Amino acid sequence: MPKVTIDGIEIEVPKGTTILQAARMIGKHVAPPAMCYYSKLKVSGGYCRTCIVRVTKGSAANPTPMPKPVASCRTEVMDGMEVANYTSEQNLIDRKGVVEFLLLNHPLDCPVCDQAGECHLQDLSYENGSANTRYDFDRRSFEKIDIGPYVQLHMTRCILCFRCVNTANQLTEKRVHGVMNRGDVSEISTYITKSIDNEFSGNIIDVCPVGALTDKTFRFKSRVWFTKPVDANRECKKCAGKVRLWFKGEDVLRVTGRKDQWGEVTDWICNDCRFEHKRYSDWNIEGPSHIDHHSVISQNHYELAKLKLDTGKQLKELKSKKQVDKK
Amino acid sequence: MGKQLLLENINVQGISTLEVYRANGGYKALEKALKMQQSEVVDEVKKSGLRGRGGAGFPTGMKWGFIAKPEGVPRHLVCNADESEPGTFKDRFLMQNKPHMLIEGMILSSYALGANVSYIYIRGELLYVYHILEKAIQEAYDAGLLGKNILGSGFDLELYVQCGAGAYICGEETALIESLEGKRGNPRIKPPFPAVSGVWGRPTVVNNVETIAATVPIILMGGDEYAKIGIGKSTGTKLISACGHLAKPGVYEIEMGLSTEEFIYSENYCGGIKNGKKLKAVVAGGSSVPILPAELFLKTAKGEPRLMSYESLADGGFATGTMLGSGGFIVLDETASIVKNLWNFTRFYHHESCGQCSPCREGTGWMEKVLHRILEGHGKQSDVDLLFDIQSKIDGKTICPLGEAASWPVASAIRHFRAEFEEYVNHPEKIKDVKHYYNMRNLQPTA
Amino acid sequence: MSKEIKFTDDTMALVQRMIKRYPEGKQKSALIPVLHLAQMEFDGWLDAPVMDYVALILNIKPIEVYEVASFYSMFNLKPVGKCLIEVCRTGPCWLLGAEDLVRHIEKKLNIKDGETTPDGMFTLKTVECLAACGTAPVIQVGETYHENMSTESVDTMLNDYKSSGERKTHFDKKHIKTQL
Repeated sequence: MPKVTIDGIEIEVPKGTTILQAARMIGKHVAPPAMCYYSKLKVSGGYCRTCIVRVTKGSAANPTPMPKPVASCRTEVMDGMEVANYTSEQNLIDRKGVVEFLLLNHPLDCPVCDQAGECHLQDLSYENGSANTRYDFDRRSFEKIDIGPYVQLHMTRCILCFRCVNTANQLTEKRVHGVMNRGDVSEISTYITKSIDNEFSGNIIDVCPVGALTDKTFRFKSRVWFTKPVDANRECKKCAGKVRLWFKGEDVLRVTGRKDQWGEVTDWICNDCRFEHKRYSDWNIEGPSHIDHHSVISQNHYELAKLKLDTGKQLKELKSKKQVDKK
Repeated sequence: MGKQLLLENINVQGISTLEVYRANGGYKALEKALKMQQSEVVDEVKKSGLRGRGGAGFPTGMKWGFIAKPEGVPRHLVCNADESEPGTFKDRFLMQNKPHMLIEGMILSSYALGANVSYIYIRGELLYVYHILEKAIQEAYDAGLLGKNILGSGFDLELYVQCGAGAYICGEETALIESLEGKRGNPRIKPPFPAVSGVWGRPTVVNNVETIAATVPIILMGGDEYAKIGIGKSTGTKLISACGHLAKPGVYEIEMGLSTEEFIYSENYCGGIKNGKKLKAVVAGGSSVPILPAELFLKTAKGEPRLMSYESLADGGFATGTMLGSGGFIVLDETASIVKNLWNFTRFYHHESCGQCSPCREGTGWMEKVLHRILEGHGKQSDVDLLFDIQSKIDGKTICPLGEAASWPVASAIRHFRAEFEEYVNHPEKIKDVKHYYNMRNLQPTA
Repeated sequence: MSKEIKFTDDTMALVQRMIKRYPEGKQKSALIPVLHLAQMEFDGWLDAPVMDYVALILNIKPIEVYEVASFYSMFNLKPVGKCLIEVCRTGPCWLLGAEDLVRHIEKKLNIKDGETTPDGMFTLKTVECLAACGTAPVIQVGETYHENMSTESVDTMLNDYKSSGERKTHFDKKHIKTQL
């Protein structure tokens, strides 16, 4: 098995592991951020360029450094490879540049965006962006299109990560939305007005890293940090029925997939679970959700007591799960 | 004039037909190649030192050597005829006048690579050349030069032309492969390289039109003889598409190593600058290579004469040198505005960005807007540095080389002509008659 | 569009021939050439039902056709005039006066870049490098390249096309028979 050193920490990983996956195995402190890569998708990554790293030593056999930064999500590790992520100043400057590009045309409508509080672009810009913008032109706008009763599309917020397109490719035979046009006027669209409806279409909301695709049934209902996430399940014929309920008082305002520490869903859920079961009585409650990815939501530390009890067990589970993922 | 290996007989009446092409020695190289072992053909190309004529200059023999040969998986040769780099028109010229030379090169190269189905991907705008090629291919089939058991050698080849539909990015080899597969021209993330997994996941070699055509004289004269032409590692002849403010623009075949001064001013070539004006700057290898001011173009920083070769043009790195690229030779005279010219190129890259990765998608548009602002007389003091910074954030951060192609012109124009930018910013009143269209987008005409 | 969306027999035969150029199951590869033929057959542009028809023929999802058609600049997703005038606006053409030609045509036809004359005869479009920089400025009309253009030769060109009245939007019908 190849050994790779990332930010000075060595790890042995199965052949075929990417730099990003290896970094995630080491831990959060070395894992590069990722806006388009999604480990649950068979095809993803390579586009956004936020996960770029410097390969300072190609491999034991060929130690030549790679001349340009590489997308860690699409670059496989070689035995003896050395990678600099947070330890390379140039890499951080480069990443800051990428973040600036991603924010260039992104509207500053966080105060009215339902994604705020669990938005990966917010996190990314907080960690890697600068407070000021150097872009003083009009941001681009798009004609609004309606993609059905469940999903709200805000094209202006889209960063073209292709996750929703890849998700549709993976979960349905009948993808009806895609990327139209090219360059900076590319847009997610169905082209002819048509709603996106298949039994798993709601998952495109969960994979969207920004507020481009949000839950229409949750629209403007509440800021996410005022709602309490609870893991729950039900018998479902279409999916595993393992979800996260978002409560405000006694009301279930929203149902989503459960997300792991990288903000990725652990199971795809069906539209039936997501949109049609919003009563407390529909679900078997498992307990408060542990959220450690999004700072704003995890301000409610009410689940910590439970978590502490299970920490050892959970870590073990996580580790064995990673081994499975790798395969 | 130097040796004419590719453009020989180009003015012979009817050379585009099989009959005349053959009467003038055509398909002799193919006959010779088919009597050789496949590996011997590859060896001749390796010995010739031929380098990719599409712009990157990668050794062709080496590229051929990389092709994977898994058992039972077909391999493909794809000819890149998506000539779209501003300033470049040599492939179009060659294909429309001597289509059989490309076809002959395709057959013998396919033989060398062991490909039995090959494609010529031609840009959509050149539909009329597409029809010329279709006709020539049909002639070749009728004469037993294509299809089963070519010239009794036992080698089979099907050759098809496919046209694109208007996208510069499809000149990038993996975008071309995607387009050939009927998809959007989004470049693939490498690795895997096409030599391992190309069109339909099969091992593929993608070569430029001129590269493939050059294999014909290489086989005829032998790789060693070919390597004697030229200078150093720049062997053989190169087609140069000369355009811009020149007395005699056009396609010229030069022996590598000709001096840049002779190429521009000799009556055998471009015949000097149009209307007796003075030379201001040259973009030597297609719009994406760094622009050089006249003095640096004619002489290197060391004061040596600059030659038309991969090495000499690159002498001095990007600080004082440029690249041979595709041989798209754009000449600007003293009346030309570097800033306006740069804006035009930048708009081009903005228009042609595929939109897949963020630095190129967002950065090209931003640079265009800043340049447009300067040209409108609303430039800010900080804009020149801003432009330089934006290009540095794109350069090297993208999936494919379009990012670099958009960055280098900006970096080099500011490097060599900073004063002109500052003049525009500080004295907007001096910008006379800003004639340009600011089309953010006109992919789609309106009814 | 009132007429039935169906290729003529000859065009359909050519489509089938194009599909056979690719390995079995890779018929999507014929998409771009087939879209050219569709534009030729259905008034020079691709209406959604036309694209759906192409999807049906190639046995792919309609969205795959929309994605591709909207990517390439030669596919018109809106109606165009009978004669599509495409003026190169890049680099060398622009250095040698393409701008003036565009202004001249705009004035003469009383339309702006991207627009169609009210009689549906001409659409003006500026396009990127046409690979004919040595004979700049260049105008493409249908399949034909007009090189070394001046305002005078543009006038003659427009008059010729107006009086001939033939469709000039890329792929020319006359090639169908020869390529069958």
